[in-house]
Amino acid sequence: MQVVSPVRGSLITGKKTYHQVTDDICSRVEEKPSKSWMIAMACSLGALSLGGYALIVTLWEGIGMWGLNKTVGWAWDITNFVWWIGIGHAGTLISAILLLFRQKWRMSINRAAEAMTIFAVICAAVFPIMHMGRPWLGFYWALPLPNTFGSLWINFHSPLLWDVFAISTYFTVSLVFWYLGMIPDFATIRDRAKGVSKIIYGALSFGWDGAAKTWSRYETVSLILAGLATPLVLSVHTIVSMDFATSVIPGWHTTIFPPYFVAGAIFSGFAMVMTLMLVTRKVYKLEDYITIKHIELMNIIIMVTGSIVGVAYITELFMAWYSGVEYEQYAFFNRTAGPYWWAYAIMMTCNVISPQLFWFKKIRTSIAASFILSIVVNIGMWFERFVIIVTSLHRDYLPSSWAMFHPTVYDMGIYLFTFGFFFTAFFLFAKFFPVINMAEIKAILKSDSDTTPAEKSVTQNINQ
Amino acid sequence: MSNSNKKYWKGLEQLTNDPEFVKYADKEFPEYLPINGNKQSSDESVEGSSRRDFLKIMGFSVAAASLAACEAPIRKAIPYLNKPEEIDPGVANYYASTFTQGGDYCSIVVKTREGRPIKIQGNKLSKVTNGGVNAQVEASVLSLYDQERLVTPYANGQKTDWESLDKEIKNALAASKNIRIVSNTILSPSTKKAINEFIAAYPGCKHVVYDPDSAYGMVKANQDTFGMGGLPTYDFSKAEVIVSLAADFLGTWITPITFINQYAKRRKLNKVQKEMSRHFQFESNMSLTGSNADYRIPVKASQQGLIAATLYNKLAGKSGKGTLNTSSVDVPFIDKAVDALWKAKGKSLVVSGSNDPDVQSIVNAINQLLGNYGTTIDLNSQVYHRQGSDPEMSQFIDDVAGGRIDAVIFYNANPVYDHPQGGVLKTELKNIALKISTSDRMDETSVLSDFVAPDHHYLESWNDAQPQKGQLSLCQPGITPLFNTRQAQSSFLTWAGADETNFHKFLQKNWQDSYFPESGAQDFENFWNQSLYDGVVELAESTDTEQGSEENDDIGSNEFTIDLNAISSALKSNYHPESTETELVLYQKVGVGTGSQANNPWLQELPDPVSKAVWDNYFTISQKFARENGLSMVEGKTKIATLSVNGISVSAPVLIQPGQAHGTIGLALGYGRKHVGRVAEGLGTDAFPLVDRSTGTLRYEITKGITFEVTTADHQIAQTQTHETFMGRETVIQETILSKYQQDPAAGQFAPKISTWKGDKDKVAPHTVTLWKHHKEKYVNHHWGMAIDLNSCIGCGTCTVACQAENNVPVVGREEVLNRREMHWLRIDRYYSSSDVDSYASLEQAAENPEVTFQPMLCQHCNNAPCETVCPVAATTHSTEGLNQMAYNRCIGTRYCANNCPYKVRRFNWFKYHDNTRFPENSSMNNSLGRMVLNPDVTVRSRGVMEKCTMCVQKIQAGKLVAKSAGRRPTDSDIDTACAIACPSNAIVFGDMNNPESKIAEVLQIKYQDRHKTVEEPRAYTVLQEINVDPNIFYLRKVRNKDDNNA
Repeated sequence: MQVVSPVRGSLITGKKTYHQVTDDICSRVEEKPSKSWMIAMACSLGALSLGGYALIVTLWEGIGMWGLNKTVGWAWDITNFVWWIGIGHAGTLISAILLLFRQKWRMSINRAAEAMTIFAVICAAVFPIMHMGRPWLGFYWALPLPNTFGSLWINFHSPLLWDVFAISTYFTVSLVFWYLGMIPDFATIRDRAKGVSKIIYGALSFGWDGAAKTWSRYETVSLILAGLATPLVLSVHTIVSMDFATSVIPGWHTTIFPPYFVAGAIFSGFAMVMTLMLVTRKVYKLEDYITIKHIELMNIIIMVTGSIVGVAYITELFMAWYSGVEYEQYAFFNRTAGPYWWAYAIMMTCNVISPQLFWFKKIRTSIAASFILSIVVNIGMWFERFVIIVTSLHRDYLPSSWAMFHPTVYDMGIYLFTFGFFFTAFFLFAKFFPVINMAEIKAILKSDSDTTPAEKSVTQNINQ
Repeated sequence: MSNSNKKYWKGLEQLTNDPEFVKYADKEFPEYLPINGNKQSSDESVEGSSRRDFLKIMGFSVAAASLAACEAPIRKAIPYLNKPEEIDPGVANYYASTFTQGGDYCSIVVKTREGRPIKIQGNKLSKVTNGGVNAQVEASVLSLYDQERLVTPYANGQKTDWESLDKEIKNALAASKNIRIVSNTILSPSTKKAINEFIAAYPGCKHVVYDPDSAYGMVKANQDTFGMGGLPTYDFSKAEVIVSLAADFLGTWITPITFINQYAKRRKLNKVQKEMSRHFQFESNMSLTGSNADYRIPVKASQQGLIAATLYNKLAGKSGKGTLNTSSVDVPFIDKAVDALWKAKGKSLVVSGSNDPDVQSIVNAINQLLGNYGTTIDLNSQVYHRQGSDPEMSQFIDDVAGGRIDAVIFYNANPVYDHPQGGVLKTELKNIALKISTSDRMDETSVLSDFVAPDHHYLESWNDAQPQKGQLSLCQPGITPLFNTRQAQSSFLTWAGADETNFHKFLQKNWQDSYFPESGAQDFENFWNQSLYDGVVELAESTDTEQGSEENDDIGSNEFTIDLNAISSALKSNYHPESTETELVLYQKVGVGTGSQANNPWLQELPDPVSKAVWDNYFTISQKFARENGLSMVEGKTKIATLSVNGISVSAPVLIQPGQAHGTIGLALGYGRKHVGRVAEGLGTDAFPLVDRSTGTLRYEITKGITFEVTTADHQIAQTQTHETFMGRETVIQETILSKYQQDPAAGQFAPKISTWKGDKDKVAPHTVTLWKHHKEKYVNHHWGMAIDLNSCIGCGTCTVACQAENNVPVVGREEVLNRREMHWLRIDRYYSSSDVDSYASLEQAAENPEVTFQPMLCQHCNNAPCETVCPVAATTHSTEGLNQMAYNRCIGTRYCANNCPYKVRRFNWFKYHDNTRFPENSSMNNSLGRMVLNPDVTVRSRGVMEKCTMCVQKIQAGKLVAKSAGRRPTDSDIDTACAIACPSNAIVFGDMNNPESKIAEVLQIKYQDRHKTVEEPRAYTVLQEINVDPNIFYLRKVRNKDDNNA
């Protein structure tokens, strides 16, 4: 019996030749910066410097510049931290897990997604350092360094310390993975470049020679790193969630947190990838590489993880009721109907209801809807962390200490600082680094038909 | 090996013993090496500098140059050139002394370090105050270091010196005929003697005494009914039933420190004592006393007189005496109060805070009816706390306005501010040719004075005091005067031209003449030294020479007389059973009082015990009024209101006060000061002009002619606690009623149980389900713990200030309290009951007239501390003695510990609170004078670190050292925490739970079995038991003495 598999549609449209692919990607690096890039960069730098002012004032005067108080000891700082870390999840998920699952559609987006991961993790790292009362000591005291303080050592019981290890490991592996993937592309740019940039890209490409042996090693290392990175995708947010889960505060002390946080992180990470890719696609005219198909697949992931998150929210409410614990019950009553009910409502609307719209094919294949919803999801995910952190803390055990949290401009300023940093870094990346993995893309050009693009061009030439 | 004659040599040179070789034989390099190129000098035995030397020198120069470039701040510590005999650096000295502030009195012990008073404690030898203090006494040590104090005398606004000041004043006084000395109550007999010498030198002089918080109505009533123009002593400890008609005797009425101590004795319950007093309070404002009452009945001020009359009539009815012809008022529990009083005849006490002599006369009549004189009230033992005369002061002000006064000396009195007619004085003082003030600062009165002769602070002064008949106490300086000030008594003596102007000697002489003969001591030197050492002297009853030189000293035999008809008619015109008018009731806050210590930031930041507001005064309004006017208060956000009466109008924010009698408004005195110093200027509004003086006595209730209007202007009142109820959380607050307690001492106990996997049937105690190892059993040496009796804690906040003084806790100011960042390590949580417990929404709402519970909350020193596990750098750890300790130096400030603290007692240094111009209010850390008050045993915390109660670990260590050097185990007397020492009701007991002899072991009924300890006191519970953090602080359940049906 003969079975004929259905022919898959092409992942890359536009009938590109190999050379066209190289041109499309490299020309972004080689051309002079466009006007729109300059404007975007100026805005990012503006945000960076405004936020930098808030950062410096906070460092100079103290954490008192923020809106925190005796009851609410963490608010925007840790909310932003968890939010950025969550965003930083998609990159590695896409490159590592989807690589292991041989999902080739990831190839158009993994480079940018990984860059996003790196920058998001850096943004996230700003907060654990900045939120410390004495960051000038804390940044190294939190590390297990040999010291002259006698027998003083870090406290391995503390989830904050686990965070330090989890995040630094994740960051290191992600960075290596990202950079490794760029080496062949840097070599391509090097080969086309002249003058100074040839030297720079030459150095960046680590002497890539394109030999079959080199390719083989490249593939092997990629797989090994993917294998290493995969558990990290799950562990980082699991450990971040333990900051809360291991505490005694009602609303934090919840065993559901690890899977719930991981799902939320993937959810928000994909939404952020979506936002960025839609912009890059438009600005760099990469419609052929990042197709509606890609967008649709990502939207499906957003829909699925959004639903997981929604189930987690409802489970929490159920458990609060089922546990019979007075404090737990009040914490969740207070979330839904207390003074921060609006934050809970925003969270529920953005994270649970809005992704359900992706059940409609029309919506999940609409670029405008995808863009809007991707932003909505990230707003929702920010509020999720805000709800968990602030509404749990602001009314815990002793009603005498109940208080409200009011952010100051410095809270907002430092959030702006991370945005400024993120976009500055991302635009620099988009200008100077290959935003799409050329080498891998070339491998999937042929998926759609029996003829390779090269053969096609030969045929066309003959016909002419 | 056999001897060998073989010889080995390095070369021929050695063999031949060449002189050139021998010369260099001991050198490392016998030949010339080119490294010391420049050193081919004549003296070859001296080696030149090597490369190593060069590197050493270069290294040193670079290090020296860079070290010289960074200049370290220079802090001078000047050692004693000749060490004073009594001072050992690092060792505290304690001196007995006396706090007086007008008529307020407290016998104290001053703790000094290196010659600086840094802490005030109560003097347990005193029969009057029994070792109690209050917040004002505790905080007074900071006023010593107030940088607003005058550093030199002033003449016409210019600095001057004492000689020229004295010369000018003497000349001016000689030219004056009508001289007045205006003062508040003077408790000191020697001061009075000095003033009398002055009066003798200037025959046109009269001494006018007034009190900002007048009790003249009581004095007058006692005069009318007993012919005794003074105040008797009360003994609340003997009273089984207490009925207080708006007398805030635990807060501000007459002598609260004494009363708290007496009251608390009757509120303690244990194995032996199963009875407690029953306390009824009829009042308009929710006072500290009212919030402790078993039955608190909100009434309008216009009903007060009639309530007294009704009580009298009902009691008179029972005893068949004549009644008053007044309409009776129908308020709840009045019959219950009458029955209780009648049952406890001779063992009850009725007091009234009214300054209306008629009401006080009725109260006297009630107490007479009940036979309380001689038991709970002692007329023979007069107290001298309020000697002011309202009519005399009015007369003085009239005289000033009429231009009949030539000279006036304001002796530590500030009537321009704290007398209702201060406004008149302010404009009319210019009529007086000579105005002298002895105030320690440029206050409202001294700015208008020609001369300011600043007095010492009491901690720099010699003085004495007689608070009560037969009870004398001495005040000795704890420090040499900081500034060029002079004791006011010396000023009087100087101006009087006395031979002896040194008040120390004058005082000694007076004691030698007046008290030494009575004391029965052998020689004066010993008597004096012993008196100074003890701080107090008790003389035989008959001795009462200086005080009350009025004719009414001997009042024991005086008959009780009362003119019921006159009083009836007066009551009828002044009081109304159902007035619909808005009424104003002026009160004092426990911290700021009448405002004389207003510039003390510790008092300004001490939360009002009831409203928990700081740095402000405000109109307290009832919940009903708020509802009717659509007012709400979320997080202190409220509106400004304007109140007008008799053409005077004042504006202040409104605060919705549960328990406020509807139709009445409360407003605190002591605010709105204009000249006092940067801490208090511009805080709140001045309520003294509102005091009613139309009836001859100063009346703090204004019941007629008030218009009250809430404006649209916004204001935010800084409160340290904004949520009012305890949400029915029985693991936080547990209480019961007396009858149930008597049946079962564990009544009201809430012991949470945890379900296990076996389901509901197998619920277990929380401590059995744990991941923790048994830390407690590792405390082999000491195990520090604390027991806080919620029943005798009255919530006054003295401990908060004591803790602040002991532990260098910063003041953060109003803005930061609004940001909810006060730093107090020990706070008093105040919870109101809710009337309806059906839903969360109704639980959040305090009842209209709620029951109040106070709960001192401090670090619970959990044995399974949640803060300790989460600190990434192990900055907070557990000691082997059960303490949760904080290493400030290690803290990096992640605040995770504070978040994970279920009691929210950890405090973060959001800013650098010391040496920071952003916090001028924090005067104990932001100027070099204020810093003298800091306790050198306690670190001043830097920015960005967490802090919290340490259980006064510095005191624990000091006590252990004392015991160790004495070669014994530490006992209770060696170690006590600041809060426990300060507590005037002895509600806080601290000690070593491993020591079966300790007080805490007794209070908690600790049973010892091997290494196990069990707390057997049935009233003891720990807060939040179900989360099994296992605190070392135990609370003793509150027991209310009320009947079951009102539960």
